[in-house]
Amino acid sequence: MEYFLQQLINGLTLGGVYGLIAIGYTMVYGIIGMINFAHGDVYMIGAFNALIAFLVLGYLGITWVPLAILIVLLVAVLLTAVYGWTVERVAYRPLRGSTRLAPLISAIGMSIFLQNFVLLLQGARGKPLTPPPISGGFTLMEHEGFTVELSYLQITIMLITVVLMFGFTMLITKTSLGRQQRACEQDMKMASLLGVNINRTIATTFIIGAALAAVAGLMVTLYYGVIDFYIGFVAGIKAFTAAVLGGIGSMPGAMLGGLLIGLIEVFWSAYFTVEYKDVAAFTVLVMVLIFRPTGLLGRPEIEKV
Amino acid sequence: MAVTTEAPAALDMQEILKKAALAAVVTFLLACSIVGIETVSSTGQLVFVTRYTEVFVAVVGVFFGSMAISLIRAGRPVPAMIGSGVVTLVLVAALLLEESSSLAHMLLPFQSVTVDWGAAIVPAVLCIRAAQIVWRARSRGRVVGKPTVAQQIGATLRQFIPIIAVVLIILAIALPWLPMGASKRKVIDICTLVVTYIMLGWGLNIVVGLAGLLDLGYVAFYAVGAYSYALFAADFGWSFWLCLPIAGMLSASFGLLLGFPVLRLRGDYLAIVTLGFGEMIRIILINWWWVTGGPNGINKVARPSFFGFSFERTAPDGGMTVYDLFSKLLGTEVGYDPYWRVVFLYYLILAAALVTNFFTLRIRKLPLGRAWEALREDETACRALGINPTNTKLTAFACGAMFAGFAGSFFAARQGFVSPESFVFIESAVILAIVVLGGLGSQVGIVLAAAVLIGLPELFRELKDYRMLAFGIGMVLIMIWRPGGLLAHRDPTIRLHPKGAGGGGQKP
Repeated sequence: MEYFLQQLINGLTLGGVYGLIAIGYTMVYGIIGMINFAHGDVYMIGAFNALIAFLVLGYLGITWVPLAILIVLLVAVLLTAVYGWTVERVAYRPLRGSTRLAPLISAIGMSIFLQNFVLLLQGARGKPLTPPPISGGFTLMEHEGFTVELSYLQITIMLITVVLMFGFTMLITKTSLGRQQRACEQDMKMASLLGVNINRTIATTFIIGAALAAVAGLMVTLYYGVIDFYIGFVAGIKAFTAAVLGGIGSMPGAMLGGLLIGLIEVFWSAYFTVEYKDVAAFTVLVMVLIFRPTGLLGRPEIEKV
Repeated sequence: MAVTTEAPAALDMQEILKKAALAAVVTFLLACSIVGIETVSSTGQLVFVTRYTEVFVAVVGVFFGSMAISLIRAGRPVPAMIGSGVVTLVLVAALLLEESSSLAHMLLPFQSVTVDWGAAIVPAVLCIRAAQIVWRARSRGRVVGKPTVAQQIGATLRQFIPIIAVVLIILAIALPWLPMGASKRKVIDICTLVVTYIMLGWGLNIVVGLAGLLDLGYVAFYAVGAYSYALFAADFGWSFWLCLPIAGMLSASFGLLLGFPVLRLRGDYLAIVTLGFGEMIRIILINWWWVTGGPNGINKVARPSFFGFSFERTAPDGGMTVYDLFSKLLGTEVGYDPYWRVVFLYYLILAAALVTNFFTLRIRKLPLGRAWEALREDETACRALGINPTNTKLTAFACGAMFAGFAGSFFAARQGFVSPESFVFIESAVILAIVVLGGLGSQVGIVLAAAVLIGLPELFRELKDYRMLAFGIGMVLIMIWRPGGLLAHRDPTIRLHPKGAGGGGQKP
């Protein structure tokens, strides 16, 4: 029971991170109907930006943790958002209106480029963040020598995730930007006829996705304490799995899918084998796609002839 | 963004400056952390080293580069040409004189010579582009709607495709006999690699190009082929020629295995599931160590023999070597030379690739191939016409997988060892890139794309670290330049609803 509770907490934390990346996928997919293959690498860039910001702050002597994390968050979000914008501008915008495969290939090229860009400039070795800025936590339960811990870091991650989730749901449902995005999602041509600046809306979508990925990157830097140039690939696949699982195009779906993938991964590692945790996530994906191809919260696609 | 008029009318200098400044700011934001600050681990602690010069150079370069591009677009190519020309000349001169003069060394923006050369290419390209426009404007007024050079080359090439194909095949067959001097071994090795990828590209073309099923896990079948040869050869001692069909069949059955659950999916869902399948195979190969050898893989995979005659210096178990055989056949003494094994392997993969090509060309004329192409265009219409989409898709998966299996066993036989390292996602991406860059469905285009994507980086192996970086940039640039692929040859299908507004690039 204690073990289960501990794994539940760990799973929810990891799931929150996946959910934040998954929102980036689902938003971009919703608006232009394409997998943003470079998104995982944008997340990796976000993690690096956060790490570098931490180092510079440490050098400047800003050590009060809440302030430091706030500054790092802002810096990482800003810098990574520019990467998201650039990916759209370079790899997607020139190819709008061409075949479906062309942007996919250019995005894969972008992903290879970003990985090797960081590899060349920052080196191949894992970068540890020591000492961890947030340590300690509550002990929720203690039973027969097994303690269930909820660390401050996990609380921070869950808190940030919930706040961002709420904020972005508001953004999509209530603001003019959200309305424009949903309009573009439904019919890009019609939206442009009605005076929606499509290029700007799509660019904003990429920027928001990248900003959320940067937050996820910051959390991973804090949570695992070590990052390298390759983290984007696996996290990207899993987050996309999460987006599909939840129903692609749906924001609550992405969050739900992220939480589920996080939980599946953690419980599989805890009760079965660690080696096959990625296989478990994919198996779930295949099962969902066979029995419910639109995902858990997705709208069914109507086939027009 | 409104397009400014073509004629060199009033120049909006303010607009150009604004754009350049924006580009410079974006560059600064992109570069300031990842480029400007390098994280270094020293004695367990992470510290950072700054690289401000590189950031500064990048920002200034982008500022003036953006201005040059704006000038070219505004119909004033002359200042852009002069400016970028001067920059190119200075950079190249500094690079050439770097050893002898300290001034030249100071002029170089980056520490690495490779990056400096890369930096010199950018203004050179700008200068050439501007010069091209100047020259065209001088010779005659700009003709609106004239096909671009790329399109013209593509159209000309397309007319000569049969001739090109024949010439290429003759060249490929004659290659080992051409006088190449000391580098012949290296040339054959690179060509073997390129032909392997051509074969993989042709195999994947069946799935993606003909049947229109986007497969991002193609390397899984390649892995199945490689491992089945390696395992059968190592555990049972079976020969290459016996294992080859088995590997093909095993891969094909894996294709069916993957095909079943994904039949109902379309487009990008299919892509992500196949991607997951590819990763699953790799994870299983790593963790099923008591069979596959885990991350270390299988060493000492038996090399293929020439129909039973060994390529070793002395044949095992008192058999005959190839050299003995040919000595007897030709009547003269043929000495031991490891070069002949390389040549044999080259011919082996060439033959396999040509079989793949022949299969594709023939099957396109058969009902099954027609059904694949019809399915690619419109699944609903196919259903209405009585084509069974399940069987059609499954055969496409199985056929594509089978050729990957053949290529895989060849790969294992050539390398002599297999490990999961060789079957990562990036391989699938590269093969898919070959198919798409070649122009979906175009067999000759795939040859061209494989030569560009595999051959060029192999030739520049000295740049090892920058190779993949350039590969990524290349993929993006080729797609922007020719979204339909190098040789887009599909006949135009009628478009009822042109997708999106604007629509950059050329029509398929």
